[in-house]
Amino acid sequence: MTELRSNRRISVSEASKPILPRHARLKFDETRQRWVILAPERVLAPDDIAVEILQLCDGARSVADIIDLLVAKYAAPRDDIGTDVLAMLQDLADKGFLTQAREKTA
Amino acid sequence: MSPTLTDASPVFTDPADSLAIMERTRSTAETFGIPLAVLAELTHRCPLQCPYCSNPVELDRGSTELTTDEWKKVLSELAEIGVLQIHFSGGEPTARKDIVELVQHATDVGLYSNLITSAVLLTRDKLAALADAGLCHVQISFQGNEPVVADRVGGYRNGHAKKLEVARWTRELDLPLTVNAVMHRQNLHQLADIIQMAVDLDADRLEVANVQYYGWALKNRAALMPTIDQIDETSRIVEDAQLRLKGILDIDYVVPDYYALRPKKCMGGWGRQFFNISPSGKILPCHAAETITGMEFESVRSNHSIAWIWQNSEAFNRYRGTGWMPEPCQSCAFKEIDFGGCRCQAFALTGDAGNTDPACTLSPVHAEIFKLAATESTEGRDRFIYRNFKGGTLEPDADHVHGR
Ligand code: SF4
Ligand code: SF4
Repeated sequence: MTELRSNRRISVSEASKPILPRHARLKFDETRQRWVILAPERVLAPDDIAVEILQLCDGARSVADIIDLLVAKYAAPRDDIGTDVLAMLQDLADKGFLTQAREKTA
Repeated sequence: MSPTLTDASPVFTDPADSLAIMERTRSTAETFGIPLAVLAELTHRCPLQCPYCSNPVELDRGSTELTTDEWKKVLSELAEIGVLQIHFSGGEPTARKDIVELVQHATDVGLYSNLITSAVLLTRDKLAALADAGLCHVQISFQGNEPVVADRVGGYRNGHAKKLEVARWTRELDLPLTVNAVMHRQNLHQLADIIQMAVDLDADRLEVANVQYYGWALKNRAALMPTIDQIDETSRIVEDAQLRLKGILDIDYVVPDYYALRPKKCMGGWGRQFFNISPSGKILPCHAAETITGMEFESVRSNHSIAWIWQNSEAFNRYRGTGWMPEPCQSCAFKEIDFGGCRCQAFALTGDAGNTDPACTLSPVHAEIFKLAATESTEGRDRFIYRNFKGGTLEPDADHVHGR
């Protein structure tokens, strides 16, 4: 129980390997022509950059890998991109829409 | 079903945010976009008999329910017109033998599915089959934190123990869990324990919902209405828990509007962002709308498409926006904020759904009704009228004194 608990409130670092939890689904909404995150009782509308980051969150890639990929793609300073990515992911985690790949015990 | 689920509107606004919560703001003159989420009441059949049930007193019989194929067609049509989430509710949705098939179909057409259940009919295998069919979220209603109160309120023996078991299976299957607790005078003393129960069950969310007085709940108002002291205490407990459990348990709290200054923004406004489908296929602006007798609601069995009914039917347009409003709403600064409150409550308490919701202090009948409710809450009339297809059964006298 306590372990489940501590898993839920994650703090995102470059070493984290984030993934959307099962109850949050990233989906392209054809009707409204935009990406959405579906979650219990709400629908989030991530902006383009958030979508790009989230598509890279597969539970295998670390946040450091994700930052490197974006740095290469946008040829921007690593510090700037790193700060933005970490802030966005932490925001999502605080709202309960991000988890870490975790070993299944039991 | 939970009387307040749909009041916790699926959309909120947080515009300056890269993860803004979506709401399509539009002026009342524009056409109304298709809702993001729809409630499908698959059946009115339910093994429980909660006295606060928000279903209409005239329940739909099993024989009038949409068939499996009809529901599948509805789900496909919803997905096609842009609905993103489907809440399967009732009655008890798992009383339908085809529940797994319907969840699977929702998944196949790309809908995010939520099961709103009393849980007592579920086996572990059934729940696992639902998870395999793509179910995204489970919401279980609780009537208390221990069996004496809970089983008495639900009118169902051993219901509480069964719910705890199903809640545990839900988390074992890695499905997200919301605990829905409907609160009233006879279980509010358990609130702190219910919050702890939700934490112990590893729930993601807790909905603390105060009973809303229409349908069966209105029949039972004298037995359910909380006292003013209880409400003050409730707000304190909830606020404290919200702080203490931040990041551990999300707590949604719906303030009881009998004791508020202004009414709730019911359904986010009539016909603005929500509809539900009744067991027999009627498209309703709210799950309690059929308590407004004399209104005609169109059915998915008619020749009209769902989108047409949403946009053009008389029932949806009658109380849409602000044009229909009488005074004091018409010249009130809050009219685009609460849309005049709840039509079902206005009907239940004044006989006219087009009146200002009496929960509003500006309503001419507010003082009278508030006084009546406050008096009722202190009279100790605790016997329930249980919800069933027979028009209700009065609880045997003194039964509640010793529990069951
Ligand atoms: S009787 Fe209780 S469990 Fe059944 S539908 Fe009504 S509120 Fe829900
Ligand atoms: S008068 Fe009408 S619009 Fe104004 S606060 Fe009351 S219910 Fe809302």
